[in-house]
Amino acid sequence: MINTHDILETINMIQDENLDIRTITMGISLLDCCTGDAKSTCDKIYEKMTKKAEHLVKTGEDIEKEYGIPIINKRISVTPISMILASGKGDPVLYAKTLERVAQTVGVNFIGGYSALVQKGFAAGDEALIRSIPEALDVTEHICSSVNIGSTKAGINMDAVKMMGQIIKESAEVTANKGCIGPAKLVVFCNAPEDNPFMAGAFHGVGEPDCVINVGVSGPGVVRSAISKIPDANITEVADMVKRTAFKITRMGQLVACEASKRLDVPFGIVDLSLAPTPAIGDSVAYILEEMGLEQCGAHGTTACLALLNDAVKKGGVMASSHVGGLSGAFIPVSEDAGMIAAATSGALTIEKLEAMTCVCSVGLDMIIVPGDTTAEVLSGIIADEAAIGMVNSKTTAVRLIPAIGKDIGDTLNFGGLLGYGPVMKLNTASPAKFINRGGRIPAPLQSLKN
Amino acid sequence: MRGIITVVGKDMVGILAKISGVCAENGVNVIEVSQSILQDMFCMIMLVDFEKANVPFTEFSDKVTAIGNEMALSIHVMHEDIFNSMHRI
Repeated sequence: MINTHDILETINMIQDENLDIRTITMGISLLDCCTGDAKSTCDKIYEKMTKKAEHLVKTGEDIEKEYGIPIINKRISVTPISMILASGKGDPVLYAKTLERVAQTVGVNFIGGYSALVQKGFAAGDEALIRSIPEALDVTEHICSSVNIGSTKAGINMDAVKMMGQIIKESAEVTANKGCIGPAKLVVFCNAPEDNPFMAGAFHGVGEPDCVINVGVSGPGVVRSAISKIPDANITEVADMVKRTAFKITRMGQLVACEASKRLDVPFGIVDLSLAPTPAIGDSVAYILEEMGLEQCGAHGTTACLALLNDAVKKGGVMASSHVGGLSGAFIPVSEDAGMIAAATSGALTIEKLEAMTCVCSVGLDMIIVPGDTTAEVLSGIIADEAAIGMVNSKTTAVRLIPAIGKDIGDTLNFGGLLGYGPVMKLNTASPAKFINRGGRIPAPLQSLKN
Repeated sequence: MRGIITVVGKDMVGILAKISGVCAENGVNVIEVSQSILQDMFCMIMLVDFEKANVPFTEFSDKVTAIGNEMALSIHVMHEDIFNSMHRI
């Protein structure tokens, strides 16, 4: 029989430390839905998606019950809609509304892929889709959007950077009466991964199979608790403990991914090793960093702790899964993490420190609430800085900023649910307008001569 | 398939009888039982076989959870694989 200690440890992780599978995401290619006409393309999209994902939610719930492990979200990612729009033409929002109908029918809580990839320039469909994002995120509830504006191989498309600053601002303005929820569903990427199961940045890349199952695990509470059991250990031992814990968490993700893939008869894609927090107390990445010995997240030393954590999670997780992909690392979304919210409110965590942390973590400036009167150029400046970090370091970086319309530094904006709440953070308001308005493209960086 | 039933809570008369009773009623075979009492906390782990069960796993799980709520015990029924995959390479 299995060791009693192991059984109780697993149950304790689930019961008291918020261990869960964060998401089962089904990636569906829409390339074969293009007919050359908007109406019939949308009909085909609806038909294909509702057929493929018909049993997704039910299967997730069955696995949840049989294995006793909570599976929080069941989601779908699709081929970037800008590519479908290039062929189908018509009003881009029509496609968003179609996806919304699919979400309602199959019962998933988000569909990602209202996206465009414009790192080198705009192809047919790209610009129209980007311009339609504020309206699409306003008239739908379950649709997530992302735009890739840079990559290590292509450089950074500054025209797109400029446009995205305006789009984020506009999206906040049109959803001001709904708590500025629009930009909370919009991510601007550099080096976007094609198999990411996490929202809001999930889309189904063109190199992916027709249909695929990707799984994202969670478990910051488990890692924090493991570290709390070795209060006097040196940092090598802490890293080993994180590795061991990440291994166990990921094994569970692998098991669920294989089981879902088998039951749905859809190939297994990847397990994303990210430590994804929620606003629930105890389910926080910031608390892990504090457990390592920081008075509060944001203190000097935070970047080093995060680097250790991110690396150890990958080392532990890689061995536990047959295919690893997606974003894989530690997420630091401010409004979705109780410890980050507390640190930002007390002033210990600033946007500059968060930017430094993004150099060593998996994503970027995520779910950060900024003053409502922030100019589009400043937003673009933040995007450009973050994209530069991703481009030069050959890693994914992203920006998800929410201008809180009508609110100022110190006020709070509340989205509810998994998106959480947070304080409006202070930004450097010196204008980068001239730089942003120049347009053009930052050339791809040299990847050799590294000395 | 095999499952693991765990029961944790305040010790009282009849816990083992009640759980093994519901197993028998539903054709679930008890393979192994390990039980300990730490201070006055009761902790029991059962390895059970669903090969000849006459109800689906999820329904059985609901029944056992209902007993847990009734007796103020924390009871979980989980597929054996979750423990195997997490703790064994």
